[in-house]
Amino acid sequence: MTADQWIALVAGIVGGALRVGAPFLFVSLGECLTEKSGRINLGLEGVLVLSAMAAFGGAYLTDSAWLGVLIGALAGAALALLHGLLCSLDRVNDVATGIALMLLGTGLAFYLGKPLIQPQAPQIPAIPLGFWSDNPVVRSALQLNALVPVGVALAVLLWWGFARTRAGLLVRMAGDSAQATRALGYSVSGLRIAATTAGGFIAGLGGASLTLFYPGSWNEGISSGQGLIAVALVIFARWSPLRCVGAALLFGGAGAIGPALQSIGIGWGYHLFNTVPYVLTLVILVFTCRPGSAAAGSPGELSSTRN
Amino acid sequence: MLRPALFKELALPVFAIAAALLLFGLVVAFAGIDAVEVWATLFKGAFGDWFSWQNTLQRAAPLMLTALCVALPARAGLIVIGGEGALVLGGLACAALAHAVPLPGNLVGTVAVCIAGALAGALWIVLAGWLRQYRGINETISSLLLAYIAIGIFKHLVEGPLRDPASLNKPSTYALGDGLLIGGIGGSDVHWGLVVGIVACLGLGWWLRATASGFSVRVVGGNPRTAQLVGLPATRLILSACGLGGACAGLAGAIEVAAVHTNANASLIAGYGYAGILVSFIARHNPVAIVPVAILFGGFGAAGSLLQRRLGLPDASVLVLQGIAFVLILASEGLRTVDWKKFGDRMLPEARSYT
Repeated sequence: MTADQWIALVAGIVGGALRVGAPFLFVSLGECLTEKSGRINLGLEGVLVLSAMAAFGGAYLTDSAWLGVLIGALAGAALALLHGLLCSLDRVNDVATGIALMLLGTGLAFYLGKPLIQPQAPQIPAIPLGFWSDNPVVRSALQLNALVPVGVALAVLLWWGFARTRAGLLVRMAGDSAQATRALGYSVSGLRIAATTAGGFIAGLGGASLTLFYPGSWNEGISSGQGLIAVALVIFARWSPLRCVGAALLFGGAGAIGPALQSIGIGWGYHLFNTVPYVLTLVILVFTCRPGSAAAGSPGELSSTRN
Repeated sequence: MLRPALFKELALPVFAIAAALLLFGLVVAFAGIDAVEVWATLFKGAFGDWFSWQNTLQRAAPLMLTALCVALPARAGLIVIGGEGALVLGGLACAALAHAVPLPGNLVGTVAVCIAGALAGALWIVLAGWLRQYRGINETISSLLLAYIAIGIFKHLVEGPLRDPASLNKPSTYALGDGLLIGGIGGSDVHWGLVVGIVACLGLGWWLRATASGFSVRVVGGNPRTAQLVGLPATRLILSACGLGGACAGLAGAIEVAAVHTNANASLIAGYGYAGILVSFIARHNPVAIVPVAILFGGFGAAGSLLQRRLGLPDASVLVLQGIAFVLILASEGLRTVDWKKFGDRMLPEARSYT
């Protein structure tokens, strides 16, 4: 390979980490908030697809990308609210409910999104991070999604909130000990429903960045399991919002290897390189999980980390 | 007269599906389509005539097998949702074996390709079970990740090393020889895979109910602590449940290739693995109950294209119906503990006095 190709490859992977990592960032922050309250939401996959469709539809109809983002996030919050409410019923398992909502969310998105496959919608503005370079490849690769700084700020805010604010401490208490929460006179279900809904809102921002920035259009293959990878990503980040940022970038970079190689003319194994994020997730799980004990830093009430 | 316990077991799923149909009617009513017409079309497309029955049963066959891939691990206490991965690898193994080894073009060859599919599927789901037992990884997440990896491997091999150069627009593997294909029953479109599916459901239902190893699996799933106390080999039982389930899903893939597609191509990734999750949950992970539920949802799937042609609904409308049904089935679990007899006594004091 020539030097130019190397630059294009590195720029492609770094730029891809920022582009592909954005939805990972929001979904993992949403999942982190949900899991801190003691519930796991596998339905975030459905939330992601539904909010991607809603954001695109909203932006198309209102002609404003930011209104689209808001509509997408609200759609995500609505579906997550349903998850929260269902799980509060007696004998209803949160993992099974998540699978159901995955199906319902994608079904609704495909059903309502049929007319949106052709049109173009206004896009979220890009921040040109590549201004310092003369190389057009680098410049086009480093177009930063304007939602990414929002996501990083959100991660810091969540980190600070979990440590310092009353609401954050209440959510963590609901996640660590339902008994203690009840003893203090708070409603465990209420706290968990609130945290799940807020998590859905945040994940909805990730859906919006899928259809309104990269890839930038609505189609039925828009999400390929990012919502589920987020669950593993949160385990990897040991339930810390700050570490979620790094984890999301790492996964974004892993997901960008295939397209980056293809862009410099190496088409071999395109589909294999696309599975790198999943393989990486499994490898990380192999190293971070241990049979018979909860993962480090996990909330005490979480069902997914107990066997 | 049905026993009260059995009645309760049947009543909740039936109510949940009825409510799902009702809600679905509401959803389509928003699109300005007459709900009654939708229900009628749904029924006509699923069970209206012999043609729709053939379509329904053709779809029910893989659903039964992929539902078993959820039901068996579930009885051992695992929620495995990666049946789609086992299915595509099963189909791939079937096509690859037929291409690599000259097989006799008769029943022996067909059985050989089916076994190849079943083995590939079994290995894939056992891997998820193994990761849980030995590495403590949540099997729901790992099986789904494995499904995505399986689909990646499938696409790579079908578009690369295993591709038939003659397939230009739609990359496919070499077609199976005519002798290896699975034919229709009595000249119809319903292939022998349906019989395989029904036999698998009944056989595995019998295994869980009437054999010592099946009972042990249920103990491990129902109460791990008891299983530990009486010294059951939990890991071995869990892995065999995963293996049997995965074998069923892999078999589904092999049968789809040998009976429907004749080669492995992207049409194999049709979501049967995910629909199987729903079927298994509605059947409450009971293999025998999977048979009617799979036929019902095979019917809804078959009616999807009629809904599209007659009423102009998007093809995803069946997905919406499935999603609503799934949510309501889970919600109805919460109603299971309600004591209906007492509830009835309170609501209808006069009705009681007549009996």
